[in-house]
Amino acid sequence: MAQKLWDSHVVSSTPEEPDLLYVDLHLIHEVTSPQAFEGLQLAGRRVRRPDLTVATMDHNVPTRGGLRAADEQSRRQMELLAENCRREGIPLHQIGSRRQGIVHVIGPELGLTQPGMLIVCGDSHTSTHGAFGALAFGIGTSEVEMVLATQCLPQNRLRDLAVNVDGALPLGVTAKDLVLGLIGRTGISQGQGHLVEYRGSTIRALSMEGRMTVCNMSIEWGAKAGMVAPDDTTFKYLERRPHAPRGAAWEAALDHWRTLDSDPDSVFDHEISVDARELEPHVTWGTNPGQVAPVTGRVPSPHSETDERALRYMDLRPGTAFADIAIDRVFIGSCTNARIEDLRAAANVVAGKHVHSSVRAMVVPGSTSVKKVAEDEGLDAIFKAAGFEWRNAGCSMCLGMNPDILAPGERCASTSNRNFEGRQGSGGRTHLMSPPMAAAAAITGHIVDVRELL
Amino acid sequence: MEPVSKVAGRMAPLDLADVDTDQIIPKQFLKRIERTGYGPFLFYDWRAKGDFVLDKPEHKGASVLVTGENFGCGSSREHAPWAIKDAGYHAIIAPSFADIFRANCYKTGILAVTLPDRQVRHLIDLASEDPAAEVTVDLEKLEVRGQGFAYHFEIDSFAREMLLNGLDEITLVERHAPAIGSYESQRPAWLPSVR
Repeated sequence: MAQKLWDSHVVSSTPEEPDLLYVDLHLIHEVTSPQAFEGLQLAGRRVRRPDLTVATMDHNVPTRGGLRAADEQSRRQMELLAENCRREGIPLHQIGSRRQGIVHVIGPELGLTQPGMLIVCGDSHTSTHGAFGALAFGIGTSEVEMVLATQCLPQNRLRDLAVNVDGALPLGVTAKDLVLGLIGRTGISQGQGHLVEYRGSTIRALSMEGRMTVCNMSIEWGAKAGMVAPDDTTFKYLERRPHAPRGAAWEAALDHWRTLDSDPDSVFDHEISVDARELEPHVTWGTNPGQVAPVTGRVPSPHSETDERALRYMDLRPGTAFADIAIDRVFIGSCTNARIEDLRAAANVVAGKHVHSSVRAMVVPGSTSVKKVAEDEGLDAIFKAAGFEWRNAGCSMCLGMNPDILAPGERCASTSNRNFEGRQGSGGRTHLMSPPMAAAAAITGHIVDVRELL
Repeated sequence: MEPVSKVAGRMAPLDLADVDTDQIIPKQFLKRIERTGYGPFLFYDWRAKGDFVLDKPEHKGASVLVTGENFGCGSSREHAPWAIKDAGYHAIIAPSFADIFRANCYKTGILAVTLPDRQVRHLIDLASEDPAAEVTVDLEKLEVRGQGFAYHFEIDSFAREMLLNGLDEITLVERHAPAIGSYESQRPAWLPSVR
């Protein structure tokens, strides 16, 4: 499927140059675009297709107190994005607007992300959009400038890798556990140079939210893009979304989308098989997403200097049961796990219980629209009654560019995607896990197998 | 961009695998709106702890960073190569790089060169034992050479062309304007357009 998508976007192909690909949707945000717009202006260029470009503010927006709560530099970045969008005629979902949110949450929920498209953004988690059968990957700021100027991107063809996942996910095991388990097996660089297609009955049975979680973390094992062939689950999710085609256009689109199915006879450069029935809830113990284990286990003995360094940073001893690791903070949010289904799953664990007295817990919905839906369903009341902070949408503590950060030494159960050193705040310690697992940790005050609470 | 054909100088050995972009340039420094001035913030948290290898007097002024596999994994922030270049490193040698990071290096004019483990190990050991040892990363001859050795490397031929000639890639793509226009006119009508 990946090569089919690639071929359909080739504008020009010569032996001397990389393929020139046409970009159907360019998502931009405040942090990786300022220098691209500056470059454009210095060269006297304009944005070629502002109508195929959509901007949002997400990376450094404060999750309470509005724009005024932002530090001066963050505010300047957001104001500059607004100014650039105004000048070039690019639609912007700014802080305070009802469609604002994390770029990889709003694309799908607005119906902008559709099967067969080529989508790029100056953010590595752009792989999320692959869940719709789109070719989607992160780019650097120079490439952002290239796409703004030409709507095209020169790219060298990548190899194909299939991940076949079969069997039903056991109770309490989520898409997050599936992808964490996968990365635990592959390590964090096996995906390098590949486009990944996730296939099999388990993937088919996942909701769009679940598929997005899996595709989102493709980059965490080195793959630039991950994708799932579109099917009825995809089409049902898309129908009647604000930017989804309507009427005859919907029918025409549907006819095309149905041709994008995964070919069972496809030949891949590599294939990996995962038995979903054997999966357990997973939790990371180190400082990269590949340093991960089933929650029923113990902190492993180090196998490398990298492992040793990680254990030192995390202040963990080999042999410690995960259930004996106390937690200071809980973060439910990020482009990986802050969609409505994630919040429902977490609320389901939290309902009628209370956050442990030693834990500070927060929920940061992935978008203003997710927040609204959650409030309509009464999820906010459940979280607040349990002692969670209920915040406005943004990337927040996933990368700590706004005021939501860990203090040095604090240990966090987080639904985000990276447990790198200092990621959530200098000296902070991150344990990645699923939303129900993070919710359970908030209640018990330590890492715990969520299945004990279900 | 300035043409780059070779980088010659001393090496700084960063003997670690999987160095991520959050370490190269922590997020609090991504709030700047310029492309320059990131050098002082390179590896900020590691340097703040003191005794960081790149800060050792014998490695000051090095222009070639030699490091472990999967260098630059994580985010797409181009601020990472900007910081590396700003701090004076114009070439990076490693057994492998994260894809987006390597592409960003080329755009920034940094020679990101892949060599086999064994050769990288030799360079790291050499830099540690003899910090004054010099190497030349030669993009024209496709080799890394020093006293008594010359290692051949492969690099994407288009990236090499761009670097050697200091070409503006956008200008090159703009030459394809007719093809772009023709592709554009045939895109299906149902594709989203936001007005």
